[in-house]
Amino acid sequence: MGSIKGIRDKVAIIGMGCTKFGEHWDKSKNDLIYEATRDALADAKMEPKDIEAAWGGTWVSGFDGRCLADPLKLQYIPVTRVENACASGSDAFRNACYAVAAGAYDICLAVGFEKLKDSGWSGLPDQQSLPNNRYPDRTAPGMFALMATTYFSKYKLSPEEGKRMIGLVSVKSHHNGTLNPRAHLRREVTIEQVMNAPIVAWPLGLFDCCGVSDGAAAAIVCRADVAKKYRTDPVYVKALQISVCPSEGELRADYDFTTVKATVRAGEAAYAEAGIKNPREEISMAELHDCFSITEAVTCEDLKFSPKGKVKQDIESGFFNLDGGLPVQPDGGLKSFGHPIGASGVRMLFEMYLQLQGKADKRQIKNPKFGLTHNLGGIPVSNTVSVLIIGL
Amino acid sequence: MVGITSYGAYIPLQRINRKVLANATGWSTSATSLPGEKAVANYDEDSVTMAVGASIDCLTGFDRNKVGGVYFATTTPPYREKQSAGIITTALDLRPDVRAADFADSVKAGTHALLAACDAVKAGSEKNMIVCAADCRLGRPGSAQEVIFGEAGAAFMVSDTDVIATLEGSYTLTYDFQDQWRADGEKFNRMWEDRWARDEGYTKFIPEAINGLLKKYKLNIKDFAKVIIPCIYLREHQGMAKALQLDEKQVQKEMLTTVGDTGTANSLIMLVAALEDAKPGDKILVTSYGNGADALFFQVTEHIEKAKNRRGIKKQLASRKELTNYDRYSSFRDIAPMEAGFRGEVGPTKVSMAWRERKVILALCGARCKRCGTPQYPYQRVCVNPKCGAIDEMEYYRFSDKKAKLFSYTSDSLAYSVSPPEMYGVVEFDGGGRFAFNLTDCEAESLAVDMPLEMTFRRKYVDNVRGIHGYFWKAMPPRA
Repeated sequence: MGSIKGIRDKVAIIGMGCTKFGEHWDKSKNDLIYEATRDALADAKMEPKDIEAAWGGTWVSGFDGRCLADPLKLQYIPVTRVENACASGSDAFRNACYAVAAGAYDICLAVGFEKLKDSGWSGLPDQQSLPNNRYPDRTAPGMFALMATTYFSKYKLSPEEGKRMIGLVSVKSHHNGTLNPRAHLRREVTIEQVMNAPIVAWPLGLFDCCGVSDGAAAAIVCRADVAKKYRTDPVYVKALQISVCPSEGELRADYDFTTVKATVRAGEAAYAEAGIKNPREEISMAELHDCFSITEAVTCEDLKFSPKGKVKQDIESGFFNLDGGLPVQPDGGLKSFGHPIGASGVRMLFEMYLQLQGKADKRQIKNPKFGLTHNLGGIPVSNTVSVLIIGL
Repeated sequence: MVGITSYGAYIPLQRINRKVLANATGWSTSATSLPGEKAVANYDEDSVTMAVGASIDCLTGFDRNKVGGVYFATTTPPYREKQSAGIITTALDLRPDVRAADFADSVKAGTHALLAACDAVKAGSEKNMIVCAADCRLGRPGSAQEVIFGEAGAAFMVSDTDVIATLEGSYTLTYDFQDQWRADGEKFNRMWEDRWARDEGYTKFIPEAINGLLKKYKLNIKDFAKVIIPCIYLREHQGMAKALQLDEKQVQKEMLTTVGDTGTANSLIMLVAALEDAKPGDKILVTSYGNGADALFFQVTEHIEKAKNRRGIKKQLASRKELTNYDRYSSFRDIAPMEAGFRGEVGPTKVSMAWRERKVILALCGARCKRCGTPQYPYQRVCVNPKCGAIDEMEYYRFSDKKAKLFSYTSDSLAYSVSPPEMYGVVEFDGGGRFAFNLTDCEAESLAVDMPLEMTFRRKYVDNVRGIHGYFWKAMPPRA
């Protein structure tokens, strides 16, 4: 890893906005970008002309800097489109923060957005609809199902035990989602409903999978030393780390699908940057990339919230519940929000920002200090992962 | 001496009992009362994949660099223009400097390809020629052909040393006789009146060819240990044997009631079955029928014992699964296509990519690092072993013939499949290397971590808009 210097405490978030996530049949991607940015600007008490540079994170809903300049009518400032799979939004935020930390700009904007529901597809639209001779016609649930299959096998969980373990993850997230007006899917589910739901890709059932939605979220960042000029309760950037896998997981026998190496690497680097020694004790709350229930379970181990192979105990004891020792997905997660790819990373930050400012309403966690977000772009064998930490 | 040096066969796993066909279409027509079952290719198989399967069986223990060419006989090639034999040579990972030709348009083409290969070897032009034949002919639902036709493949190696059955002679009849036909662009076979085909063609040409051969080489029918007569009609098959005064043990057992009439492969899979039981010194008479007839005379040598470890006919007849659902069969054959949804729409094939990666895609060759020895699929230029990291020190390494086991799996109901759910998993090869592959010829319920697998060449997709057939390898439980 080398010696990571990082930008801890050099950048602050002074405004954020987030749309309701859902099937926005009546809204374009430009509507979503506009609404999220409008709210972020209002939160920061700023106008579009205050923005000096901007980064837009999207997977497939925009192609270059014009994706933001056009809907926001940004006037000839530098704008860049960032694509890094499901970590696109987090990476847009990272670029904006680095520009500020470098001293190049004082005020920068990052917007994560995605409009998926114009595709006509059920599930995530396949961007490689070209016949790919070399791979099965696989789907995201199928690729993460391989993770569940091997996790159950390695830790000797029967299909029922395994499905119950990951089912409780979904029950918890759906509960949190009912408390969040911005969430897409807002209803409680029981463990029996989860266990008996139709199978999408064995062993993952319907409630093990996140939904597909549209949405956008925006963040305005500035130099930490001037943040208090804009608001009394800015939130500070503690760590911004990304790790990209060289697509070796499928090829090498030493990868066993019960971990995501890039999550481990990005997590370790983020903890080093933020000065965190014991994540289970020090991290107050986290928004993890729960594209599938098994992903969240494995991520809790990879980020050292739970010991390897022991996440089941923490899930069953309610350690990750809103009132638990380390609440995970306080906003409801991808499970309740769905996953508009480029938007999710910034949406996660939005919840951490609200919680740190004490504005999370019924979901409010007591005295949080560090909030962690985790984006996993790709599939278990080949991915790009971001781990960001913000705090007071 | 020139002749057959090895043999192989491919009979698909699935069988349809003819009662299933009668139950499905009997309301419309009682086409035939033929008993037994027929072998049917899975949705991801066609003439080319079955020919590859038979050829792999035939190549057991043989150095593929020594193969001199491939002759492929079929009346059901995937393309009207574009060589099928070239797909087969690539899938078998043969050298590019080999002869390849398609023998087509008549079900007699199977024995004709065998004769042509023997002639090429005899002339000294080539050695180690593979002759393979496979067919997937379709009868219209409710037709006699749908009941009769089966799907399978056979393959032989032809050379001039270590010959297991020498070609001693042949006699060919060519007639412009129209009993079965399929015009350009048509999906289903047509047939003139049954009695015409049976009485004026089938039962006349085969005896004429046999008698022509006996006369030409001054032989007596009693000289032959086995006589192979392709079976299209059960009763006439027996009647012809009687008329030719054959003993029961001289008659090679018909495969109409177990596999069906497999077109160009019909006589050849019976020849494989005969060779499985042959003894040194046996004389075998092979006939084929179609726009005339061929009669070939083989003599079995002492080398026959060396060629017994094939998958062949007996083992593959025993390895079977019943397809009890006619609707599923008819959707596999695109007779009654099912809704595919957006995920079932096929985008354009990158033909240039397919050519560039032909060894990786069609021959399933990855790389083996010359420095650290790590096998890796697909082919890499930078070694995947991070402790090595060698750049451009790779050699091609073939995975298609390696045994494997299942590391992880899923059955995916969201992914598009002609035969849902789509099954796939991570496949680990004996000797190293692994990758994600589709799983075929198995049930989702039977999948288990560590189950043994082998690789099988399959049709991955058909792009009907652009007329392109995509092929790749899948993993399946070992057949036998």
